[in-house]
Amino acid sequence: MTASIEVGTTPQVRYLLRLGDTCLIAAQRLSEWCGHAPILEEDIAMSNIALDLLGQARGVLTRAGELDGRGHDEDQLAFLREERHYLNPVLVELPRGDFAFTQLRQAALALWLLLLWERLQASTDAELAAIAAKAVKEVRYHFEHAGDWVVRLGDGSEESAQRMKAALTTLWPYFNELFDADGADAAASETGLGPAWSELREPWTVRFGALLENAAMVVPGASRYQSRGRNGVHSEHMGPLLAQLQYLQRAYPGGRW
Amino acid sequence: MSTNTSTNAEWPLWEVFVRSKAGMDHKHCGSLHAADAKMAVQMARDVYTRRQEGVSIWVVPSSQITASDPADKGAYFDPMQDKVYRHPTFYELPESLNHM
Repeated sequence: MTASIEVGTTPQVRYLLRLGDTCLIAAQRLSEWCGHAPILEEDIAMSNIALDLLGQARGVLTRAGELDGRGHDEDQLAFLREERHYLNPVLVELPRGDFAFTQLRQAALALWLLLLWERLQASTDAELAAIAAKAVKEVRYHFEHAGDWVVRLGDGSEESAQRMKAALTTLWPYFNELFDADGADAAASETGLGPAWSELREPWTVRFGALLENAAMVVPGASRYQSRGRNGVHSEHMGPLLAQLQYLQRAYPGGRW
Repeated sequence: MSTNTSTNAEWPLWEVFVRSKAGMDHKHCGSLHAADAKMAVQMARDVYTRRQEGVSIWVVPSSQITASDPADKGAYFDPMQDKVYRHPTFYELPESLNHM
C-alpha cells in the first residue's frame, strides 16, 4: 500500500489545487461516458472534452506541486491524496446522472472555466498564464458544445425538456460553491495569481441565464445551500469516485504505461 | 418506450470534407450522423480533426449528393481508356512551369 501524501496549505497552493482538482474530477466523471454515449460521434466528443480537462488538470497540478515544494508531481497529487485533501467543488463529483444532467453540468462548468481561464491568462504566475492561454480555447469549445445540447434538450421534446428541468433543479444549489469567497481567494486576487472566484459570479450569472432562456428554461431563485468541497468537505459520492480513480496507483505503486 | 417517432428516427447522414491547411482544397474524409448542420460541424471536428488533421470543415447532407450509377460505369468511364490524346503530354512546357 502506498502511503497517502500530505500537501501544503498556503493560499496559492490551495488556489491551484482547487482549480486542478475541479478539472481532474470533472474529467473523471465525464470519461465515465466513454462507450456509453447515445451515439458514437458524441461518445468521441465527450471523451475529447474529458481529455482536454485532464490535460488542464495535469498542468495545474504540476504547477501546484512545484509551488508546494515537497517534490510531488502531477501523478502523486492526482492519485495519492486523502479525500479531505481534494479541493474541488462538490458540483463536479456528483454522479454523472443522465445525458441531460451531464450536459447541463458541463455547460455550467465550461462557462465558469472559460471566465476563469480568460482571467488567468493575466496571472502573475507565468506558468499558470501559459496553461490558461491553451485552456481558454479548449473550454470555449466545451461551452459551445454543451450549451448547444442544453438548448436542444431544454427546448426539445416533452421528455427532454422535463429531464433538463430536473437536472437544473438538482444542480442549481451546487453552483453557489463556484463563487465562494475566502482567504485563499483573497490572497490570489491580491498577489495577482488569479481572480477571486466570487468575481466570476456576475458574468457567469448573466451568460448562464441567457443560455437557459435560449433553452426555454426558467432561472431558479437563489439557493442558500452551501457545499464545501473546495475546503475538503465532500459528498458521499467522492469516496467511490476516488476508489476507482486511485485504484491502479494504489495497487501498483509508481506504475506507468 | 417512447412513442415520439421523431426521436426514434435515425439522425440524417452528413458527408464531411476537411481542408488540411490553408490553400489546399477540402477533401472528403468520411461521413457521420448529426441532427442538424451545426451539430454535424461539431461532430466532424471531434471525429475527424482530433489529431490536427484540419483547419476548416465542410459538411453536406448526404441526401443532397447526386451520384453516378455504378451500373453505368462501363458506359461512362471505359471509353476514356484509349484517348491518350486527351492528356496534355504532347506539349513542350517552359522549365519555369513546374506544377502543371
